[in-house]
Amino acid sequence: MVNKLTPLQLDAIREVGNIGAAHAATVLSQLLNRKVFMTVPQVNILPLAEACDFVGGPEQPMVGVYLRVFGEAPSKILYLFPEDKALFVAGLLINDSEKCRNILGELEVSALKEIGNILTGAYVYAFSNFTGLNMLSSVPALAFDMVGAILNTILADLGEMGDYAVLIETQLTACDLSIDGHFFLVPDPGSLNTILDALGVKNGCQIRSGSECQK
Amino acid sequence: MSNTIRVGMSEIVVSQTPDLLMTLGLGSCVGVCIYDSLLKIGGMAHVMLPDSSMSKEVTNRGKYADTAVPVLVEKMQQMGALKNRMIVKIAGGAQMFAYSGMDHKMQIGPRNVLAVEKSINSIGLRISGKSVGGNLGRSIYMDLATGEVKVRMLNSPEIIL
Repeated sequence: MVNKLTPLQLDAIREVGNIGAAHAATVLSQLLNRKVFMTVPQVNILPLAEACDFVGGPEQPMVGVYLRVFGEAPSKILYLFPEDKALFVAGLLINDSEKCRNILGELEVSALKEIGNILTGAYVYAFSNFTGLNMLSSVPALAFDMVGAILNTILADLGEMGDYAVLIETQLTACDLSIDGHFFLVPDPGSLNTILDALGVKNGCQIRSGSECQK
Repeated sequence: MSNTIRVGMSEIVVSQTPDLLMTLGLGSCVGVCIYDSLLKIGGMAHVMLPDSSMSKEVTNRGKYADTAVPVLVEKMQQMGALKNRMIVKIAGGAQMFAYSGMDHKMQIGPRNVLAVEKSINSIGLRISGKSVGGNLGRSIYMDLATGEVKVRMLNSPEIIL
């Protein structure tokens, strides 16, 4: 089913992803005191066999901050940063110029988790307001590992219901420095329908004009 | 010419010397490698989930530990491999994200390992080498010319199973 989304449905998901990500980007910009840019969200619908492949290759080491979203449309949220960028972002937040941050210590991990927490809060709030769906996020978890392994762990339980993963991806960059962050919203199986329903595009077209409907 | 074949999530691939099978970035998933050293035929399965009985319908048997292992063995037998020559090695099943209050689903790594081991034992095979658990992701490289299975982890020395 998920591999047969109509253009209108894709647009609707992109738009709601956009609104969420825009709030998250604003918050990130305030946190870092820098301009933050984001890309228009991309809706990736991938067979599970290929899903771990697209962020710079599966063996690329990355820092991932992961949160669960509970409520009416359970989902997962994942932030991915290359290690050096993650350290840089953590350093900006900790604002301690005396120490050179080149290892991911307890303080850095904590700072990155907090960033994940705050951004997710903003994203989920906007998403929930726009769709009218009740949503709440969990506490964050962090892993520093091969990106394939991070994605693989997060996507594994999607396999229980189907063979496809839906990843709503936004990239975040700050103007004078490349943060190069990837942000993903991964709806649980079934949640996508709930979201489409809340947006009024469950059947693939908002204005029912008969033959133009693609089901 | 030797080919390098990627085994993606939920896939099962069987081939023969001089090919190289690999699966990159295993997190909670488990890679099962089986090798027949006489015919130099080997196969790899990338298992995602422990148990197919929880699913409404099983569209891809490669996903589950209890179905993927028998399918892998069957595919190898079709190529002439014999059970009593099969060498089994497994890797993966890490617990990537650890935090308290985590839902039971996130324990999926260790559960996958247990289910794979059970499935292998139940068809009468024994595991001769493994690198499982922990909290680091793994990549597996299996050389079908020799049956050697290499496991790589981030910032750790390579392991040969």
